[in-house]
Amino acid sequence: MQHPYTPYAAEVVDRIQESRSVFTLRLRFCDPQVQARYRFAPGQFNMVYLYGVGEVAISIVSDPEDEQLLDHTIRAVGRVTRGLAELKPGDRLGIRGPFGRGWPLTAAEGSDVLLVTGGLGCAPLVSVINYIMRRRRRYGRLTVMQGVKHSDDLIFRGRLERWRNVPNTQLILAADQAAPLWPWHVGYVTELLGDIQIAPKHTHAMMCGPEGMMRVVIRELEQRALPDDAMFLSMERNMQCAVGHCGHCQYGGRFVCKDGPVFPYSEVKELFGVKGL
Amino acid sequence: MALADTRFLPRERFQTLLDALIERGFRCVGPQVRDGAVVYDTVTRSSELPVGKHDMQGPGTYRLEDAGHERMFAWANGAQAIKPHLFPAREPLWSAERGGAGSIEFTPHSAAPEAVAFIGVRACDLAAMQIQDHVFLHGPYPDPGYAARSEALFFVAVNCSHPAATCFCAATGDGPAATHGYDLVLSELDNGFVLSAGTEAGNAVMAQLELDATTPAQTQAVVAQGEASISAQTRSLPSRDLRDALFNNLEHPRWDAVAERCLACGNCTMVCPTCFCHAETEEPTLDGHATTHLREWDSCFTTGHSYIHGLQVRADIRTRYRQWLTHKLGSWHDQFGRSGCVGCGRCISWCPVGIDITEEVAAITGD
Repeated sequence: MQHPYTPYAAEVVDRIQESRSVFTLRLRFCDPQVQARYRFAPGQFNMVYLYGVGEVAISIVSDPEDEQLLDHTIRAVGRVTRGLAELKPGDRLGIRGPFGRGWPLTAAEGSDVLLVTGGLGCAPLVSVINYIMRRRRRYGRLTVMQGVKHSDDLIFRGRLERWRNVPNTQLILAADQAAPLWPWHVGYVTELLGDIQIAPKHTHAMMCGPEGMMRVVIRELEQRALPDDAMFLSMERNMQCAVGHCGHCQYGGRFVCKDGPVFPYSEVKELFGVKGL
Repeated sequence: MALADTRFLPRERFQTLLDALIERGFRCVGPQVRDGAVVYDTVTRSSELPVGKHDMQGPGTYRLEDAGHERMFAWANGAQAIKPHLFPAREPLWSAERGGAGSIEFTPHSAAPEAVAFIGVRACDLAAMQIQDHVFLHGPYPDPGYAARSEALFFVAVNCSHPAATCFCAATGDGPAATHGYDLVLSELDNGFVLSAGTEAGNAVMAQLELDATTPAQTQAVVAQGEASISAQTRSLPSRDLRDALFNNLEHPRWDAVAERCLACGNCTMVCPTCFCHAETEEPTLDGHATTHLREWDSCFTTGHSYIHGLQVRADIRTRYRQWLTHKLGSWHDQFGRSGCVGCGRCISWCPVGIDITEEVAAITGD
């Protein structure tokens, strides 16, 4: 069995600058056998290791059926991610994963899907959009709501342009602060929740972003009669081992790394909203 | 010899037990006095054990004193017992080397199983070890280092005869008598030990010592001593599952009161035999050609424990103490099917300001 704490070497095949501080690394394992047997589900994450510095937990944004490349979209914010931002095609790093429970994409087949993201939270949900786009007929109405702090933070603009033209798909964007000619809402994306159609009996809502934002979304969806087990959120906590041993990611009795990071709201409702857990 | 047999080992022959274990290839790790406290380390002579010592423990207090007798185990515990052996405070997990053309070669560190016999461990220590086994071994990703170190162990348990004022294992159900998890168990009397075996391996060692059967008076003395060490315990925890009682009181004013006293030093988590949090760190060589990835004990009382991209989830001591206590006695039930406390009382003794877990629980849950 693979040593659970040791990464595999991977190579940077391509690097895309998404915004001033956000970049995407397209990776391939150096060992073709590792690449061949690697499988993941949208919403799962890898521990990405920068040589000599350390590991960080990063969600996977590429399509699970892409057997060639693995994409990680990362914001340069800490010691490891600022170093990862310096990597160029041909450079090597370490990958350990995938870990955790992803989004309920099989359960959501046949129903409408509402995705709400805030801040940089869109990355874990981009894999969901990609997944649904490739299997568009299996899902009902798709509503993507994305909020960013500043309009300059909006990434994946090309893909967003393409997605908004897909039938039965609605795209709603908002920026707290906007540069001139921003055609979308200025303010919080949650302010627009009242405008969207929700069929409470056959909608799966999936959200990712700051907990404060998710609380507002949950409150609104509760009022719209969406059941607790139809709302899913991706939780974030400090993660170091990713296998439930190191203790950092505990949220009440849950280990976010192995029980999550995606939880149905019904599983975390008891504690969600209590500060400092 | 049947497993239920009990035999008597005179005190002056205790060395023969150590010798029998050493002869079988075990390194004996047992208690000894160092820097004024009982510590566990390699032991080859029975004279190295804490003969004639007694521990005085209380909130923020630990003192060894001469007891005026010749007993070897007339004390409750020191800061550590088994945990640092199976889950070392600092341990390399793997290393990486830079090869040609920027390649990286990863090498996992493997721990070689070592035959170790633990002498004089207590019921609370064995219970704590079983809890840590659950954390590190019983999941989809068993820890290979912990597994290797667990492989070839032998446990000589001692039924506690002198619980400290900080002990409450009778309340958690984990002591003072060892009921399982040992190879041999001893009850110490004034002139020797009543022995019984818990495994075939223990039985074989006991048979080799060619001991006399115990007398009815000795058996009776063991029972009386066991009862006395239960009734001597003055502290306690409610025996029920405290999960809901704690999580229903997350905004109790007592959390603020305890935070006024708590220094967030992390001592309680370092001495706790079940605390398992650890941080991963990296130690590159100066020339940059190699690097070692380590793990070392961490504590939910540190500022870094709850750090995520620029913010701390638990920025104040109130939420950190609350995390520790609600986990240990509450959410631990969700994770591992029991409380994370074995009643050893170490967190009370080694707290520099003498915070008493039993007192805090009583105040918060109203018990």
